[in-house]
Amino acid sequence: MTQTNTQNPEVKIAVRNLNFFYDDKQALFDNTLDIIANKVTSFIGPSGCGKSTHIRCYNRMFSLYKGHRGEGEILFDGENILDPKIPELELRHRVGMIFQKATPFPMTVYENIAYGLKLHNKYPQSELDDRVEKALRDGALWDEVKDSLRKPGTALSGGQQQRLCIARAIAVQPEVILMDEPCSALDPIATAKIEELIDELKKKFTIVIVTHSMQQAARASDFTAYFYLGKLIEYGETQSIFTSPQNKETEDYITGRFG
Amino acid sequence: MPAASTSKSGFSADQLFRLLTSAFAAFIAVLFIVMLAVLWHQSQPSIDKFGFSFLISSDWNPVTDQYGALIAIIGTLLTTFVAMFIALPVSLGIALFLAEIAPYWMRGPVGTAIELLAAIPSIVYGMWGLFVIVPIMASSVEPWLYHHLGFLPLFSTPPIGIGILTAGLVLALMIIPFIASITRDVFLMCPQNLKESAYGLGATNWEVVKDVMIPYGIKGIAGAVFLGLGRALGETMAVTFVIGNAYHLSWSLLAPGNSIASTLANEFTEADGELYTSSLIELGLVLFLITFIVLSLAEIWLHSGNKKRGI
Repeated sequence: MTQTNTQNPEVKIAVRNLNFFYDDKQALFDNTLDIIANKVTSFIGPSGCGKSTHIRCYNRMFSLYKGHRGEGEILFDGENILDPKIPELELRHRVGMIFQKATPFPMTVYENIAYGLKLHNKYPQSELDDRVEKALRDGALWDEVKDSLRKPGTALSGGQQQRLCIARAIAVQPEVILMDEPCSALDPIATAKIEELIDELKKKFTIVIVTHSMQQAARASDFTAYFYLGKLIEYGETQSIFTSPQNKETEDYITGRFG
Repeated sequence: MPAASTSKSGFSADQLFRLLTSAFAAFIAVLFIVMLAVLWHQSQPSIDKFGFSFLISSDWNPVTDQYGALIAIIGTLLTTFVAMFIALPVSLGIALFLAEIAPYWMRGPVGTAIELLAAIPSIVYGMWGLFVIVPIMASSVEPWLYHHLGFLPLFSTPPIGIGILTAGLVLALMIIPFIASITRDVFLMCPQNLKESAYGLGATNWEVVKDVMIPYGIKGIAGAVFLGLGRALGETMAVTFVIGNAYHLSWSLLAPGNSIASTLANEFTEADGELYTSSLIELGLVLFLITFIVLSLAEIWLHSGNKKRGI
């Protein structure tokens, strides 16, 4: 473990010159940015600009696929997680991930939450119950599902399923939660609930969210990064990005004049 | 209903379509009942003569005109059991390898090869079993079982190559391509994000397979297994070649035996006399019912598990 203590302690993830390749095709070019702890950072940009590719480096999800490789440094608390010596299982324990489409496992609501817990530890039944309840409460889902814990996770509504996935991710107490367009399949009410939840969750977790919705980025995030064609065009506090973007391309995109 | 969809005769296209498809569906039910009725009717002489003892008598003797189905029933169930016992884990392994583990250049060709294997007529499996598998079984596998596990009733008769075990093995080789190719397709349908969610929690490759991919695809996998099971229960030619066709009741898998389908294939053309023919038809009825019951039980078992998983 290499600690570089020169860093700002508030920086959770420091990305330095991240380049990413799908076989020979380069998808990210020299991305450099700092993700601040206990804040919500949103990544915006047109489809195919590399936002998802970028966050999928944070838990090395790309390593599941042949020919996908990242170069550069991603310093997670000072430790370069692109280093193959860092075990993936441990890394993914520390970095939770939520996808565009809710992905409840083919098990009961209870088992969906307990699954991740049981992967890493052996808990006595009563503690497992407590932790499941806590995760569901933190996921703002407990009141809706407390009487149907034994029902299949897939029986919940779309918004509930997405909150189930969030609860599942926070149950294992990660440090960072990655959300890849978590609301794009949800109606406005379910979206509002998730955004409220995100606001609550940032007290405990560092959150990175990829979104296609400018309003969502503006509403829910503290920092915003604008990506275009694999390059990080502009990055800063959400308010200043949206009110006084420094870059013409960013301005065109957020004002809807793009494309 | 909008007027445009109603034709001049007053029959809407939707109604016609519904009628047509219902008729097709009803055809299945009618076919089922007619077959059952014909089998039942034609086996009357045998049913009258032997009654229930047909099912529990092991005496099958055309010379004395005595017919009992026990040996053939046991042979059918045993060969099927041996076949499923071997085929299930092997096919799951093949499917997982092809869907998840194999290098990409290998997946297409091997997948196609498996589909081709599934298309080979069963009689070819039977001949190949007789000329290739039987000698191997007789010279190495069965002697080993006999010498080392001979104290078990299952392996207590001298190894001669042909018999229940060999029939089960050939059946297994025949249904493995079936089950493996469908199961592979089921695994390939598992959404990438679902798998990634499990990997994202820190699950290992094996945990993702066991806890997510198999439960997610259990219905499709079960469908594949049922197809294989049905095929194994009723398989005729592949079994006839290697089972030995002996009316001899034994606990041993190494002993030659007989199955219902194989008895029918061997004896139907030679059957003289009403009772002989009718007993063979009753055998067919028994096979029909066994298949029906086994597959229904499997279906019921599957549904009872699905409620929990919510598929």
